[in-house]
Amino acid sequence: MKLIFEKGNKGRGCELLPPCDVPITEVNPNFKRNIELHLPEVSETELSRHYTELMKRTFGVNDGFYPLGSCTMKYNPKINDEMAKLPGFSEIHPLQPEDTIQGCLEVMALAEEYLCEITGMDRMSFQPAAGAHGEFTGLHLIRAYHKSRGDKKRDKILVPDSAHGTNPASATMAGFKVINVPSTKEGLVDLEALKKLVGEDTAGFMLTNPNTLGLFEENILEITDTIHQAGGLNYYDGANLNAIMGIARPGDMGFDVVHLNLHKTFSTPHGGGGPGSGPVGCKDLLAKFLPSPQVMKNSDGSFRLEYNNEQSIGRVKAFYGNFLILVRALTYILTLGREGLKNASESAVLNANYMMHQLKETFSIPFPKACMHEFVISLEKLKKEKGVSALDIAKVMLDYGIHPPTMYFPLIIQEALMVEPTETEAKETLDEVIAIYKQIYEEAVNNPESLHNYPLKTFIGRPDEVMAARNPILRYRAE
Amino acid sequence: MMQDLKFTKTNEWVQYLDETTVRIGLTDYAQKELGDLVFVNLPEEGDEVVAGEAFADVESVKAVSDVYSPVTGTVRSVNEELLDHPELINSDPMEAWFIEVEEVRETTEFLTEDEYDQFISKEG
Repeated sequence: MKLIFEKGNKGRGCELLPPCDVPITEVNPNFKRNIELHLPEVSETELSRHYTELMKRTFGVNDGFYPLGSCTMKYNPKINDEMAKLPGFSEIHPLQPEDTIQGCLEVMALAEEYLCEITGMDRMSFQPAAGAHGEFTGLHLIRAYHKSRGDKKRDKILVPDSAHGTNPASATMAGFKVINVPSTKEGLVDLEALKKLVGEDTAGFMLTNPNTLGLFEENILEITDTIHQAGGLNYYDGANLNAIMGIARPGDMGFDVVHLNLHKTFSTPHGGGGPGSGPVGCKDLLAKFLPSPQVMKNSDGSFRLEYNNEQSIGRVKAFYGNFLILVRALTYILTLGREGLKNASESAVLNANYMMHQLKETFSIPFPKACMHEFVISLEKLKKEKGVSALDIAKVMLDYGIHPPTMYFPLIIQEALMVEPTETEAKETLDEVIAIYKQIYEEAVNNPESLHNYPLKTFIGRPDEVMAARNPILRYRAE
Repeated sequence: MMQDLKFTKTNEWVQYLDETTVRIGLTDYAQKELGDLVFVNLPEEGDEVVAGEAFADVESVKAVSDVYSPVTGTVRSVNEELLDHPELINSDPMEAWFIEVEEVRETTEFLTEDEYDQFISKEG
């Protein structure tokens, strides 16, 4: 299809903006562009058709099954959008006087209260725009904590070898050295190895629980205690919180700081720019380091934004984060309620176990005992015996109108497919998908050659990923 | 020269240029397992490398993997051509050396070519 730059004609446009009703200010010539800005010039019809055409080429939760492991691609209820559209939320300005946005501040205060209750934390900041941004912010809280105590030799963050790639990346970006912690044969943190790795230089430990193999870290209390004994802090990667809402709390497991992914666990849009939201919550000992401002309640019940926070690590994003996403997440929490959230987690775990159980006779499942909200398949044997890789299997799924699982992750499993069905899929859907998975496997065994050519029905077949990575073309260039 | 070639269990090859100087690269088996490489991170001349610790990383479309130093010593030379052409590691892993290290003081456990072949056939 044509790019939007290749559509329309000079001078064409849409009247989406109202006429200017204030005096036009001249920009200082020093700051003016020398060349004309190259923008698409299209009519509203062309614009609308362009995006509709793009939409037809995408695949979202509204199109079909989307079991991207550790991504929690659950359905996003429409009531979330209805609430976010209310003019009191959508037609405000971030610099408006506090007394005119009390409702918005109350949303932030209420969301903070509920999310702290769910995670077992004391305070929370909504500034981080996504998960990795939350990690970066949380790690800076850990750094600020050690620094405030004059404890300057703690420069290492421990990360399990099953961790999300963002963990070591965020720790490195935050200026720490990353130490890899091995997993046991059972797929859990190797506690003995961990005990040997901690010391006076341990700043903290980052853990996802349940971990990326879909397993709950059974020794969690001993793990977090080991870190605390060494003088470090425990960081909870909230990517997999969907397994434990209302059942277990990171704060009770010994974690000092968490990030959440509202776009995963709390049903706000995921992908397509979202935008995401990665709030960071912490225990009281870290609260004074949180980004400014924080919403505080006045004695008369009204709310204010508190900027007077000398030990704060500072801003990590403009204003208050992606506020309308928070409105959606709060709507979700209020819609489901305490029992509903717990039920969501229980159903997410049940759905994953149901799929794993139905598939374990056909596929090799490295950790076949009860899983949490996701499980991992290994296609190592299929690759070796038939030459059919996880990529081949993932690609053929597209032709069945379902999205493939996360592939080649976690890194400690060869030819991995990581399946997270979420709670919002019906049993009938799971049964259909299970049948498709089995059919694909049979095809791979009986006719392995054919598997290298899929997908055939999608707009884009197999893009050349290597070429894209080696010679990326990242923007449109006018002739 | 080829007799001086040693291998590690973390899939690097080590070639002794003289008694205390080595050239280090990634084995053919490793590049096949990783698939097409699209990015390489290398140390700089003068950096210290430590036996058993990562000194570089390689990125394929699937994942980023560490490359471990088989020796402790000082980096005397870096094959900067790899930065622009990581595909050389795929096309000729024995030619596409990563770094040369001098003043080698310590090494990890080395395997001979036969031992390494046996090791990877068990792994694979």
